[in-house]
Amino acid sequence: MVQLPLCVHRTHRQPPDQEQAVWPGIPELTAPVREEAVIPGQFTYHRPSTVQEAVALLASHGEEARPLAGGHSLIPMMKLRMAAPEHLVDLGGVAELKGIREDAGHIVIGAITTQHEVIGSELLASKLPILRETSLVIADPQIRYVGTIGGNVANGDPGNDMPALMQCLDAGYVLVGPSGERHVAAREFYEAAYFTALSPDEIVAAIRIPVPAAGHGYAYEKLKRKVGDYATAAAAVMLTRSGHQITSCAIGLTNVADTPLFAEEAGRILTGSSMEADVVTRAVAAAEAITNPASDGRGPAEYRTRMAGVMLRRALARAYDRAAA
Amino acid sequence: MSEIEQHPLTLTVNGKKVQRFVEPRTLLIHFLREELSLTGPHIGCETSHCGACTIELNGMSVKSCTMFAVQANGAEITTIEGMAAADGTLSALQEGFRQMHGLQCGYCTPGMILRAHVLLKENPNPTEAEIRAGIAGNLCRCTGYQNIVKAIQYAAAKLAGRDFQEAAE
Repeated sequence: MVQLPLCVHRTHRQPPDQEQAVWPGIPELTAPVREEAVIPGQFTYHRPSTVQEAVALLASHGEEARPLAGGHSLIPMMKLRMAAPEHLVDLGGVAELKGIREDAGHIVIGAITTQHEVIGSELLASKLPILRETSLVIADPQIRYVGTIGGNVANGDPGNDMPALMQCLDAGYVLVGPSGERHVAAREFYEAAYFTALSPDEIVAAIRIPVPAAGHGYAYEKLKRKVGDYATAAAAVMLTRSGHQITSCAIGLTNVADTPLFAEEAGRILTGSSMEADVVTRAVAAAEAITNPASDGRGPAEYRTRMAGVMLRRALARAYDRAAA
Repeated sequence: MSEIEQHPLTLTVNGKKVQRFVEPRTLLIHFLREELSLTGPHIGCETSHCGACTIELNGMSVKSCTMFAVQANGAEITTIEGMAAADGTLSALQEGFRQMHGLQCGYCTPGMILRAHVLLKENPNPTEAEIRAGIAGNLCRCTGYQNIVKAIQYAAAKLAGRDFQEAAE
């Protein structure tokens, strides 16, 4: 789902008087004009059945082509004409891109696996429950039936929740292009808002996540204004404990910079500690220090930075409690 | 871009097979409303926020304003027009919305009912909290949701062969 300022949304009402440029009594508002802003531009539709076919189509059409997964980011952008691809390569028929399995110490999730399937997966519930917890705070039920994990990580939208989680989990993305397959770490993938290591002729085929230690603690804390909203700030925490002592800790932050953030220093400060108040405060300060959020409808930048700290504190507390001592 | 190929589309909508050619950019909601004259699924926000266009597609609840019709090729779809029995007997959910006053203006109702239809298939005995989470993608600007929740509880009870004792607010 794309979140946009209200002014972008068009209304279908005609002004009461076509000659009048303004609504009576509301001089600031110019009369809404019916435009085709909710109808996407024309495109040629392709529905390949293999990854090779999909990649060949993307390669042959270059920058004019876009892959389509669940479509819940791309289609709203196309309706608003913020994206106008001439060729859409629908990955929905590529069976090899779907499914969740375990392979040599990794959980492998096919790119077009939906959030709903992530939530329902018994394998993830037992090995990687933070995925379910995160998927459940993404968008709303209808969108989770269709929205995919691959689309969520590949789009490069800093508002998406999965990228920071993938950085926290040290996931790798399997990218497939015309010259074959390559792996890029989630921590290296994001360059700027909507700019990633993905080439126009490549797709994210799968996500590989190292299986975390049994008994690990986890939490994803997201502050949002309403269901379906992007995070004002959110934090992902994975940690392990031995007695009171934290033996490993990884932290990711969502939507408080133009990329997801891996809060490496904060995790290092906490490792070896027993969650003493002063150590947590230092770690939170280290995490806040790397944020650089925009001031927008979700609040001024300073507020969003502080909320990233608050989400981190809450996530740490929950993850610590959940971890086997 | 003037020579855009029309794509063959086969759907089963409310139990009936339909075949058409569509332009790829045709959204599913427009196909249902304009091509099949099924005006039960409503166009509300057109930005996948409001849920008025919710239909059942292959057992999933889907916002039909945010899917191209071609993506749904081969799918089985249910809209509000397919909820009542052939003789007009209302489904448990429709009856629940009527008995519990689960609608005022009615604009959100087809989407609410289709969403609740899939929710109850997956979870036949939901708690109030599960119902509220389950309809979180459907906006109602009239009711305050109280009677919508009760309507869904009414339907869950009826489908389980129980009486629902509470009154509408």
